[in-house]
Amino acid sequence: MQVNNNNEFQPLIVAFCCNWCSYAGADLSGTNRLNYPTNVKIIRVPCSCRVNPMFILRAFQRGADGVILCGCHPGDCHYTSGNYFTRRRMTLLFSMLDFLGIERDRTRVEWVSAAEGAKFAATMNEFTEAVRKLGPNRRLEDLRCRKQ
Amino acid sequence: MQEAMIKRAKELLADGIVDRVIGWKKGEFSYDHTPAVFTSAQELDESFVCDDFTSANLSKYLVKETIREGKILAFLKPCDTYSFNQLVKEHRIDRDKVYVIGIPGGPKLDIEKIRARGITGILNVRNENYTLKIETIYGVSEMPFYEAISVKCESCKSKKHVVYDELIGEDGEVLDSNRFDMVEKLENMTSQERYDFWRSELSKCIRCNACRTVCPACTCEKCVFENPDSGIENKAAADSFEENMFHIIRAFHVAGRCTDCGECSRVCPENIPLHLLNRKFIKDINSLYGTYQAGENTTDKAPLNEYKMDDCEASIVHERGAE
Repeated sequence: MQVNNNNEFQPLIVAFCCNWCSYAGADLSGTNRLNYPTNVKIIRVPCSCRVNPMFILRAFQRGADGVILCGCHPGDCHYTSGNYFTRRRMTLLFSMLDFLGIERDRTRVEWVSAAEGAKFAATMNEFTEAVRKLGPNRRLEDLRCRKQ
Repeated sequence: MQEAMIKRAKELLADGIVDRVIGWKKGEFSYDHTPAVFTSAQELDESFVCDDFTSANLSKYLVKETIREGKILAFLKPCDTYSFNQLVKEHRIDRDKVYVIGIPGGPKLDIEKIRARGITGILNVRNENYTLKIETIYGVSEMPFYEAISVKCESCKSKKHVVYDELIGEDGEVLDSNRFDMVEKLENMTSQERYDFWRSELSKCIRCNACRTVCPACTCEKCVFENPDSGIENKAAADSFEENMFHIIRAFHVAGRCTDCGECSRVCPENIPLHLLNRKFIKDINSLYGTYQAGENTTDKAPLNEYKMDDCEASIVHERGAE
């Protein structure tokens, strides 16, 4: 969580982006001069299936208000099948977070290819707004990591 | 049945078919039996026990036991055979080194449920026609048998042995259990109610790691929670986040491999219903990827080790339910 000069809540979004598609998609949205919020902090991963459930929880622990995982469209994985495994794993993880009463809208999986710069920007805008509405992450935060 | 088991164990030891026997050993009281390895007929006579309190699952001990030389005889209840099969499938148990005798399952008793009735100073518990006669230092108390059965036996999923070399007693059937009822009840609550429920449960956690240590699916040589760099190897959970993190990751690491033996809840000193987390994963896997029972056989691929082109998207979690 961050607060700007007007004392408004600014969500911190962590985006895990696959090196082969979404990361390049983010690059494309930049070269196309498309705007997406500065709240989004991108972490590049070699494949969406590199993301272990622990990474998602760790991001929340260290102050993220929303975590989004971007990978190649099903069928387009650079390593043939990585994103299919991601899909199963993340479905189960998100369902579990929901079961524990953690707001389900704080997590998302989105497939963004290297050619979809516009989709990347639109997704990030939409996701940031959704998390902004939810407010700061209180249910899955670590008080020891809270700033101030 | 205990006599039949001891007799058969002695025969197998005498014939040299097995070198060791794993079973349960009498504890200090009549209700605190512990798993133990026996090597002689004399030891079996002295302390081997099998009664309403021998609920421990012996499968996990076989991981270490089958590394040793020689063959071991294991007495497995129906629920234990699922764990056993799952470990064989994961190449953690050498099947050739185990002689499995299937024994009838529970229901087994939970001493905490008897104590919860305010019965203290318990010396001995006897089952007479499904009424428990509880001898205490203050006299004899009574309670119905079925009110003292352990949580894992309340929703028994199967009385069928999925693997055995021979049977003592009769084999049963897979049961149509109500094990997902509580999970469903929680799913129908609002997000806030679920959060409050789990906060009140998980905040009791003392991080003794018993749930992890006893779990037949948790057999990693080096556990992620023992990594000092993980920042969560501390004994006591210093923050609510750690409690959530530990229990989510513990349940996730056994997702698709958990046979729902219920040992995690049985050993929890704080009585946290940990099996509900595992059952949530089982229920989700069943509904999203097709019914799957871990340990049912040694050939099926685990749901998280395979995929289908037309699996549902993760957004299904966001779409279902009102809240």
